[in-house]
Amino acid sequence: MKITRKQFLQIAGASAVAAGAGKLVTAVGQTEPSGTASSGAKTRWGMVIDFQKCRKDEGCSDCLNACRLAHNIPQIPDRAHEVKWIWKEPYDRVFPFEQTDYTRQAFDSHILPILCNHCGTPACVKVCPTQATWKREDGVVMMDWHRCIGCRYCMAACPYGSRSFNWIDPRPYISHINPDFPTREKGVVEKCNFCEERLAVGKPPACVEACPNKALLFGNLEDENSNVRQALRARMCVCRQPELGTSPSVFYLM
Amino acid sequence: MFMLEKAIVGSRRYWSWVIFLLLLMSVGLVCYLRQLNYGLGITGMSRDVSWGIYIAQFTFFVGVAASAVMVVLPYYLHDVKQFSQITILGEFLAISAVTMCMLFIFVDMGQPARVLNVLLYPTLHSMMFWDMISLSGYLLLNALISVVMLHSESTGVPAPHWIKPIIILSIPWAVSIHTVTAFLYNGLPARSIWFTALLAPRFLASAFASGPALLILLCMILRRFTTFDAGHEAIRKLGVIVTYAMTVNIFFLLLELFTVFYSGVPEEVESFDYLLMGLHGNRHLAPVMWGSVLLGVVALVALLVPRFRRNERVLALASVFVFMSLWLEKGMGLIVAGFVPSPLGSITQYSPTAPEWAIVMGVWATGALMITVFYRIAVSVREAS
Repeated sequence: MKITRKQFLQIAGASAVAAGAGKLVTAVGQTEPSGTASSGAKTRWGMVIDFQKCRKDEGCSDCLNACRLAHNIPQIPDRAHEVKWIWKEPYDRVFPFEQTDYTRQAFDSHILPILCNHCGTPACVKVCPTQATWKREDGVVMMDWHRCIGCRYCMAACPYGSRSFNWIDPRPYISHINPDFPTREKGVVEKCNFCEERLAVGKPPACVEACPNKALLFGNLEDENSNVRQALRARMCVCRQPELGTSPSVFYLM
Repeated sequence: MFMLEKAIVGSRRYWSWVIFLLLLMSVGLVCYLRQLNYGLGITGMSRDVSWGIYIAQFTFFVGVAASAVMVVLPYYLHDVKQFSQITILGEFLAISAVTMCMLFIFVDMGQPARVLNVLLYPTLHSMMFWDMISLSGYLLLNALISVVMLHSESTGVPAPHWIKPIIILSIPWAVSIHTVTAFLYNGLPARSIWFTALLAPRFLASAFASGPALLILLCMILRRFTTFDAGHEAIRKLGVIVTYAMTVNIFFLLLELFTVFYSGVPEEVESFDYLLMGLHGNRHLAPVMWGSVLLGVVALVALLVPRFRRNERVLALASVFVFMSLWLEKGMGLIVAGFVPSPLGSITQYSPTAPEWAIVMGVWATGALMITVFYRIAVSVREAS
């Protein structure tokens, strides 16, 4: 069959339009991040951090160390280039706008562990231009380190400062490499993954397992009888900046 | 093709300027290669201040690009004849500025090799996707328009009719590029200083002041060094546009300051405090912002008094001041202040490093070279006809 140049161009043009339209339709379909509290999903992983138990031993860093070793997190001395998944902050910095002069006096010196909130409607997922960060059905907010272009839009969007960028090659700063978990390269963003690699084999997150005071609870927020739901019923609990509508999955028992 | 052959003919002065720019571009390129090798840690950015001068300059030059509409709109919609000579200059300025924007985004990427992932996985809920679409669309529109218009001028054949709707389309499109760029920021509730519906109008007002101010200066440079004369009337009209836009811009800024400081919500106040007064003794950006305010106010006084504005020396100086004032505000202060204090209340100083400045200079030089070559072509077409 002979094809004239005109026919060839017509076919090529039509194919290009068809391919583009397909992409567009798929993209529109994926717009809505699913899995908020009312979405009817069966699992939504959540964490409850017991402030009373945690403050018993404020010199303890077992949860931080467990996470660092499990996930090959570099220890970069320069504060500007730090990579953090779970770390400790003073109470009034974790809840900066919920403070009065009196609570500051009472709690100022106390520290709390903070990590990615694995939000129900994550600001980072909304802004990411490549879907390199996305929300799983079970509520875990994930990162694809091979797709991330390093634009750091997610870092600007996250109201919790939970994301870190690899400003330099992190590998020289990993003291002990865990061969079961990937290391990252320079130029990509990373954050806590709720130990999705451990959830996949039925284990709780490393930080939860490591806590000597059992101050970290982990469970399914969709299950009324789960340990986290019981804890949330029993005592007054707060989460960080709920007024922004991000609906965090990490709670603090006061 | 594209009349590029006209750009390789020029005086000794022309060539020295071109070589100077090429030199700056090479220094920028060398520093960029170092950044590519070492990582963005080579810059002054940090975990807390994660966007710096690259993104701030991108924002500023989107404004310069959008401002082409300030000559295109009066000429095509209101038949302002004085602009007939300079619409092409505005369009060339837009092409160069959009290219600079794309380069600024590119040098800011942690993984530049993957940048096409934005097209491979189009994400409609990300404003960055829409920014890419609107900027590249604007680049194409202006490239098409200027090639067609210049071609018609050089051959003496009237421009084809189909170009008119495309020119009209470029007007709202210009507004869209800066609106979408504002949406990049003001859709983020976590950054209170950007989280205001006034951001897009402020961006547009400052763009319509800084862009035409630059165009005034470019027209004056062309008159000085080439046979091209935009005419006193055109320059005077541009001066009026700068005056209006600068007035509106300062008005918008005052509106913002009233809302923030009168309401006194701590979260809102902190970023502006850092920007203007310094926070807990940290005053890194205060000199930048007060410099901007001072330049802006002096320029506005000079522009508002007709006797001053009609004096071209004063107008030139006022244009320099307007450009510098807005460059400091939008090209540095406003973007960095979004990150201070951080969500956890840290106050982190940001200042660009030497390689970072060199890369920025490289991008400016690229823009300046594009303008030089384009204007050289435009001038020789005019000389020939």
